[in-house]
Amino acid sequence: MNNKILLLSVIIGLFAGGGATAGPEEDRTAMLEYYTGRFPDVPLQEFANGLYAFDEIAREQWIEMEDFPPYEIAIEDGQALFEARFANGKSYADCFDNGGIGIRQQYPYFAADLGEVVTLELAINQCRAANDEQPLPYLTGDLAAISAYMSYTSRGNTINVEVPQDNPSALAAYESGKQYYYTRRGQLNFACMSCHVQSAGLMLRADRLSTTLGHATHWPVYRAKWGETGTLQNRIIECNSQVFAKPLEPQSIEYRNLEYFLTYMSNGLELNGPASRR
Amino acid sequence: MGKPIKIRAKVKGDISEVKALMPHDMESGLRRDAETNELIPAHYITELVAEHNGEIVMTAYWGPAVSRNPYVSFSFTGGVAGDTIKIHWEDNQGDSSTTEAVLK
Amino acid sequence: MKVHRRLVLKGTLALSAIAAWPRLLLAARPDSAFSANDADKAIADLFGQTPLDSDQVKMKIPDIAENGAVVPVTVSTDLENVESISIVVVNNPTPLAAVFLLTPRSIPSVSVRIKMGQTSQVRALVNAGGNLYSTSKDVKVTIGGCGG
Repeated sequence: MNNKILLLSVIIGLFAGGGATAGPEEDRTAMLEYYTGRFPDVPLQEFANGLYAFDEIAREQWIEMEDFPPYEIAIEDGQALFEARFANGKSYADCFDNGGIGIRQQYPYFAADLGEVVTLELAINQCRAANDEQPLPYLTGDLAAISAYMSYTSRGNTINVEVPQDNPSALAAYESGKQYYYTRRGQLNFACMSCHVQSAGLMLRADRLSTTLGHATHWPVYRAKWGETGTLQNRIIECNSQVFAKPLEPQSIEYRNLEYFLTYMSNGLELNGPASRR
Repeated sequence: MGKPIKIRAKVKGDISEVKALMPHDMESGLRRDAETNELIPAHYITELVAEHNGEIVMTAYWGPAVSRNPYVSFSFTGGVAGDTIKIHWEDNQGDSSTTEAVLK
Repeated sequence: MKVHRRLVLKGTLALSAIAAWPRLLLAARPDSAFSANDADKAIADLFGQTPLDSDQVKMKIPDIAENGAVVPVTVSTDLENVESISIVVVNNPTPLAAVFLLTPRSIPSVSVRIKMGQTSQVRALVNAGGNLYSTSKDVKVTIGGCGG
């Protein structure tokens, strides 16, 4: 069965790391082939809509929500926060390329000087620190709103995360994120891939499982469950908790590496955040 | 003072359609705080009035079963582009909010 | 002639003569109906009559709610002289969710997002031309998997 072979190659890619055989591009291609082979009728960009690519009843409700989505509140709040000046007179626009408009697709990236992966959310707090402002909490609230605004201005831009060939630390960060993704954890002993690779498109109780492909395109998200807009790492923490694994701190090295790997897997897809989810 | 209401008002032929999204917790009063286990006080919009050029076109009475950050949509006849739509809500704690928009 | 309570909207006058209307809403929120723990009681409190099931009342609501916290619903009708549209979630702690008072210029259609505490019948009630009509639908509210 073609799909099983592809699935195996995705997983084996984990163990082949370090050699010339499998790198980020090979991983991404294997994953892409796996999903397009398994869901041949789903147009590529539709994977960016997660479970709504697979579930008609849910999709109808999502379409209704998107007609006037609650994340618009976060976008509006975020724009006001983004445009307000810091105490020292500068603003977020001074920290980012193009004044911070339409640049989400540059994240995450491996900062050579820092030796770490930088996500958009981290960059927002880096900007605050550089301007003598207190950091904002990473999961919901004002930072998520600023991220919502910046993501909204980046809608339609193509994800193009780079793992520079000449930087072994960058590759190591990517591999670390990939390792996390494929490692079982928690009382339920699930890896991210258990649901989102092996069981993607299938039902887990009453939830349809989304694919890894497209996971990183649509953040931040207004989750009906949260009743507010939250970041990708807010969801990762939630996923950890749901398999009864101990969540890590938001923007920890492990989570940033994970986001690096995860976003790379969606290279080629267009950003479509913020988004509504259940 | 409640947050402003986001209003989209469009007229096509004789039918004006108004969609509104308003930030509000819509707490039922039945939920408990995750840390303290105290009941979170009820805080929800109880009444909403929509006007077109100063004339009421809809009044709504709500309970806490309207979702957080409520959305409402309604339509009426007799509006033309440039007219004023005004929406006003009040809640059980005495907060209120009023926002105007132009019918487009 | 018996004096019936009239539907009085703030700032407008009730114009039409009244025959035998269902008990109408006052120009104040019907708090007791909103506090009622029982759907039939809430409806009786609001209208003083039992609704007639009618296929002229249409309700668009999902068969399975994505999340009980946010269930989109649209109620519309081609009945005439619609005075109000109300939504009742039978198994909610207080079933009456919303009441929309319309005017002669209203198109009889409203959309709102509601909370459902559990799987429940949802009823839409339309007060039109002196009579009360309704439709209902069973909506499933599920426990998610990892989605919660």
